[in-house]
Amino acid sequence: MPHKGAVNSIRLFSGFTRGSLKLILQGNRAYWTWLAFLSVLIASGALAYARQVRVGLGVTAMRDQVSWGFYIGNFTFLVGVAAAAVVLVIPAYIYNWKPIREIVIYGELLALSAITMCLMFVLVDIGRPDRFWHLIPPFGHLNFPRSVLAWDVMVLNLYFIVNFLVATHILYRAFHGKPYIKRLVVPLVLLSIPMAVGIHTVTAFLYNGLAARPYWNSSILAPQFLASAFCSGPAILLVVVQLLRRFTRFDIQDAAIWKIAELMAYAMFLNLFLHGAEAFKEFYSNTQHLLFTRYWYFGVNGHHTLVPYAWSAVALNLISFGLFISPRTRRNFITLNIGCLATYAGVYIEKGMGLIIPGLTPDALGEIYEYYPTVSELRVAAGIFAVGFLLFTLMLKVAVPISLGEFMGRKTEREAAAAGVGRMEPEPVATPSEA
Amino acid sequence: MVTRRLFTTTAAGAAAGMILTACGPKRLYEAPRDKLKARIAEMERKYKEEYGKDVKVSDAGPIPGVHFAYALDISRCIGCRRCVYACVAENNQSRDPQIQWIRVLSMEKEKGVDFSHANAYYQPAEVPEEGHFYIPVGCQQCEDSPCTKVCPTGATWAEKDGIVVIDYDWCIGCRYCMAACPYGARHFNWTEPTIPEGELNPNTHYLGNRPRPKGVVEKCTFCIQRARQGRYPACVEVCPVGARKFGNVLDPNSEIRYIIEHKRVLVLKEELNTVPRFFYFYAT
Repeated sequence: MPHKGAVNSIRLFSGFTRGSLKLILQGNRAYWTWLAFLSVLIASGALAYARQVRVGLGVTAMRDQVSWGFYIGNFTFLVGVAAAAVVLVIPAYIYNWKPIREIVIYGELLALSAITMCLMFVLVDIGRPDRFWHLIPPFGHLNFPRSVLAWDVMVLNLYFIVNFLVATHILYRAFHGKPYIKRLVVPLVLLSIPMAVGIHTVTAFLYNGLAARPYWNSSILAPQFLASAFCSGPAILLVVVQLLRRFTRFDIQDAAIWKIAELMAYAMFLNLFLHGAEAFKEFYSNTQHLLFTRYWYFGVNGHHTLVPYAWSAVALNLISFGLFISPRTRRNFITLNIGCLATYAGVYIEKGMGLIIPGLTPDALGEIYEYYPTVSELRVAAGIFAVGFLLFTLMLKVAVPISLGEFMGRKTEREAAAAGVGRMEPEPVATPSEA
Repeated sequence: MVTRRLFTTTAAGAAAGMILTACGPKRLYEAPRDKLKARIAEMERKYKEEYGKDVKVSDAGPIPGVHFAYALDISRCIGCRRCVYACVAENNQSRDPQIQWIRVLSMEKEKGVDFSHANAYYQPAEVPEEGHFYIPVGCQQCEDSPCTKVCPTGATWAEKDGIVVIDYDWCIGCRYCMAACPYGARHFNWTEPTIPEGELNPNTHYLGNRPRPKGVVEKCTFCIQRARQGRYPACVEVCPVGARKFGNVLDPNSEIRYIIEHKRVLVLKEELNTVPRFFYFYAT
């Protein structure tokens, strides 16, 4: 009877919800300190944002000359983080390499948090957040397919939905002690691979398509976006899995961590190579378009606010490449973690400030307005990062025990005990050929 | 089953609601005449309340057979910036923060037309300065306009008479158009715009110089409120040296047509293929 089935699933779902809530509310002092820290940042960001809504975007350092700044820089960086889950999904599913597969679910959760932050950064950047619905058909009017921003809105939301479906389905089924439905998961995972490449390509095209800004109007932009994303996304994840290994029963082989670090070295090489290719073209041909690159690396006419950032990014990227390419340093956890932090910081600088600000400085009529984010902008941005980290922390709090078989539906637990199963092994996924 | 029927009814209701909302007018430009009239009456009421005088908001459409174009004589311009301030007054641009739709660039004769050496902040005792010439830049009203192409909500478009306009009621303030514009012609209301009491120009157009809210983009419209009444834009009228020319390019006897046919005209950043309707020329 469908009626009974519905009641049953409602009961199961409420069990899942109540259990998850209980898990979230349990934790040691470090956990609560972390949550309190994030809450303070969120409150500070919310207050700064409330003022921004009241006064206007004039509380930021953005002006007509540099009309996009820190918010859009963070947005771009985080699209890369979200897309990078793919670098883990590809070897795990296509080559069926088991050690990495255990991390994939966390990669997907990271992607969900990153996309949430992306959408929040766009929301705080627009002048009329009350009109956000103008973008959403059928209520609004989406200028599709002409506007690349319309494309970006669509792919980001679709990517969010796909990752949300896969992650919640796998976890929910594991909660009931059932294997996930392959017919549903495998096509979605396979879809998420081109979609991850897609969201970052479309985001690159957002800038790339603007002939008015020569710094962005270079066909190397999209490949370079992807290369740097494949560095920054895994950098975060490697730190996260080490923390999980330390504080929970979650286990991951060193081999998997080292493999990912090796892949990051190749990605970083590609990133550096593409930067070099771009720098060669600009400096050797020495046209007027060199101005923007010169502003970033050397400053123009005494305006050099960003120069220290530019060279820090170069140095950090070189250091992380060196640490990851050599097997000795990537297998040493101290140098590995230094490499992760260097990668994260390097890519964060080059893709945030380093992409947006020189793109708009000097402006279309040659004027140099030196942009530097205000405290208000920094507070709003920190608040959004805190929301993302909070979301990620809470999702991990539920997801880790489920995949470890520590958190299950009551009935499932009894069945598992009867069957003598102590802990849930992740179910192997079919390779594409099997599916 | 009761629950199922309830669900179906609710779903159908929600779907109907969605379709009804979707069918309603979104952008002013799609609104039927009576809806637009009602909205304009509402604007006029609001502006009267705010500025204490009768404000006329015109909804005049493009005149058939009229296609506007503009030409500026670089050899005559002396860089006095009178056009900038006439424009501010005519088009109700914010005084604090300052918004100016026209930027006059001072260029060195030695360097030629070179934006990377241009200076918009020249402040000599007298203009023109020795060894300099001036290029005023505003919206070039491009035929293939990058700004309208990128707008995610379709809040900006080119009218049939060639004027690129913005629907201030529909713009979400994402500023993608500002990144796309090669001429720095688009300006954003970073805070609440202010116009001192009594200085408001009450002759307005709903797609042009009516007072703008905070958080939206604005730009030159060839003084749409004047042009569609057959008048010159404010900058053309005020120019003390007669460097600015404006008219209907489809009229074979118009001055603008004469200039395009008999002078050597150029457009800014021609290589970007934006096809501006704003020409520069050297008359002497």
